Amino acid sequence: MSRLDLSPDARVFAEPWQAEAFAMVVALHERGLFSWSQWADALSTQVKAPGGENYYAAWLAALESLLVSLNVTATVEVDALAEAWQRAAHATPHGQPILLENDPARSA
Amino acid sequence: MTARVRALETILVGKGLVDPAAIDAIVETYETKTGPRNGAHVVAKAWTDPGFAAWLKTDATAAIASLGYTGRQGEHMRAVFNTESVHNLVVCTLCSCYPWSVLGLPPVWYKSPPYRSRAVMDPRSVLAEFGLGLPADTSIRVWDSTAELRYLVIPQRPVGTDDLDAEALAALVTRDSMIGTGLARSAGKS
Repeated sequence: MSRLDLSPDARVFAEPWQAEAFAMVVALHERGLFSWSQWADALSTQVKAPGGENYYAAWLAALESLLVSLNVTATVEVDALAEAWQRAAHATPHGQPILLENDPARSA
Repeated sequence: MTARVRALETILVGKGLVDPAAIDAIVETYETKTGPRNGAHVVAKAWTDPGFAAWLKTDATAAIASLGYTGRQGEHMRAVFNTESVHNLVVCTLCSCYPWSVLGLPPVWYKSPPYRSRAVMDPRSVLAEFGLGLPADTSIRVWDSTAELRYLVIPQRPVGTDDLDAEALAALVTRDSMIGTGLARSAGKS
């Protein structure tokens, strides 16, 4: 059986996106968009799926699937916006804040 | 991942479902304000105040809330007390349910598949990996957390700590001792 990784956690969140994904779930639950049991079910499904050992990636996938099932958004909309954010990041000079407005394809 | 999180945030802010300032406040709370210190406070109070310990046994949710630690997900708390004959261990086999209000966010190993499966099937080998060997006649009870019910282990008070106050006692209470993968530290060791 596989051993446990007991190396101490340096920080609560390894990268900022993990903190943001975590906090969005807490905030949406507090607004009553879903119950915590609904959330645990969604997370459990992703944790068990292939790649589920990457915990915050599973967390993000669970949030996305829950928002799609609640008709808050659609996967194509998330895909398109994520690509826009990627383009904006590439077009933004190093050291400056990345804004969605910096996406060169935005007004096209 | 960053672009995908930003995409979701853009959508949610646009629909008025999420306030960016609230997101920052939540992150700050979990990065700096909640952590195992809260749980150590609960344990030390239980060790020094028999009335509080009794309350913790019968209604942990209310007893813990009386110290200012309330769950944000409306979950109930149950405190499980270690004794000479019973050692308690907490896991979430489903995902990663954990008593955030008293322990902060879970360590990486708690969320990992090996811990989630092995804690139930072979808890003694898991404890051994943590360096914790229990006497053969100590039984191990494993508690599986859910979205509605989270567990806090109350470790045994170390011997030779009769003259310590609650604050000094709290310093002996480790995170792992409140999950059940460790014991409280002995007095005099740090």
